[in-house]
Amino acid sequence: MERHFDEELQDLNNEILKMGALAEEAIFNSIEALKDRDKNKAMEVINNDKAIDELELQIDEKCLDLIARHQPMAGDLRFIITGMKVNAELERIIDIAVDICQRVVEIADKPLLKPLIDIPKLANVAQNMIKMTIDSFVKRDSELARKVMLSDSEADNLRNMIQKELIEDYMLKDKTTTPRAVPLLLIARFLERICDHATNIAEDVIYMVEAQVVKHHPEKL
Amino acid sequence: MDSSIKMWAEKVNFFYGSTQALKSVSINIFKNQVTALIGPSGCGKSTFIRLFNRMNELVVNTRLTGRIYIDGENINSSCIDAVDIRRRVGMVFQKPNPFPKSIFDNIAYGLRVNGIKNKDFIEERVAQTLKKAALWDEVKCGLKESALGLSGGQQQRLCIARCLAVETEVILFDEPCASLDPISTGKIEELILELKKDYTIVIVTHNMQQAARVSDFTGFFLLGELIEFGKTNEIFTAPKDKRTEAYITGRFG
Repeated sequence: MERHFDEELQDLNNEILKMGALAEEAIFNSIEALKDRDKNKAMEVINNDKAIDELELQIDEKCLDLIARHQPMAGDLRFIITGMKVNAELERIIDIAVDICQRVVEIADKPLLKPLIDIPKLANVAQNMIKMTIDSFVKRDSELARKVMLSDSEADNLRNMIQKELIEDYMLKDKTTTPRAVPLLLIARFLERICDHATNIAEDVIYMVEAQVVKHHPEKL
Repeated sequence: MDSSIKMWAEKVNFFYGSTQALKSVSINIFKNQVTALIGPSGCGKSTFIRLFNRMNELVVNTRLTGRIYIDGENINSSCIDAVDIRRRVGMVFQKPNPFPKSIFDNIAYGLRVNGIKNKDFIEERVAQTLKKAALWDEVKCGLKESALGLSGGQQQRLCIARCLAVETEVILFDEPCASLDPISTGKIEELILELKKDYTIVIVTHNMQQAARVSDFTGFFLLGELIEFGKTNEIFTAPKDKRTEAYITGRFG
């Protein structure tokens, strides 16, 4: 039986997708800005944030409204609750893209400390993870969500490598490199955090599809 | 026997003439818990609970196979008295059905029928059960008034009090709030949650939110079969059977 409620759920789905697309775009642009040390592009990401915050509030309100008016059950309930969580995660991801861009603005006018090799690799991992999680949400594909979660350790390893290199090869050897090394350190940390948020979304998707709580229970994966 | 189980049904089949209304239904009704039975109209849930106090016997041309137990006793065995079963397993219906008597007599009736004559005892029991049914404060000054003058919600609580007076053990509710407004419904639900401390409760309801709010266990019936039975929070957040999911999300049909 077709339900009018399905249309409202579809609307919610579309708005979350829009948020997902904005998150992908923000990360993409922040990484581009970093690679090109493009201040204008970085500022663009920073300035977009207000509109995104508004969308987050709108989605939240929509979820509350659906719960209050329809008292959803079972799969419908899991979808809306997951929608709320994914919305919050995506908004955090976009905030982190803004953080990256703020560091880019900081370093744009100074010569780069070293050619960027591992940071773009980590950025790639982050971008892929976000893309895959959003896909898994759209397609209600918990297997894809599980794959995303496997990439998280790759991100952790890259972050550790970057951190070690910056500290041991630069900061400890030559203190004067610190002001240029710290923003890169932070950026590596931000990218790794993005991967963590992607993992959270993947966990939420698994709950939505399978009604299985895998959060904090890696043995259930 | 598991002492946490008050009543249970074992492979129950029930026929109205040649029509089979229940198909091999087995279920456990846990002690001091609320069990909700849900399902579309005509799925057999009311027929099923009526078997728990042998009310279907009163319908001609019906046939039951399988067994129903209370505290380990087969309620249909020849040595069990149907009237006693109906005392131990009380029932509250969709439409409140007080006797056309005073509020006091509605409750005293069951006691007198059971042979109790001591006036003080009866008076005390009437007050006690009206308090238990959360009706005392509203009627204490008019116990001699006709029960028919009460509001629908009050009448329903009076019917609950009537069950409690005869020291029932299990209360079967068949759509108890179907004809009540949200305030009265809220009062009945509060009362159900209060009563489960002392009684075992089975409620048939079409109101999914009501089942979710008041019950600990939920069973979903469809076309005479018990499709799924489980903890209420699991049934309403993650039902295992596609048909249960379709029904509780309103996709059914």
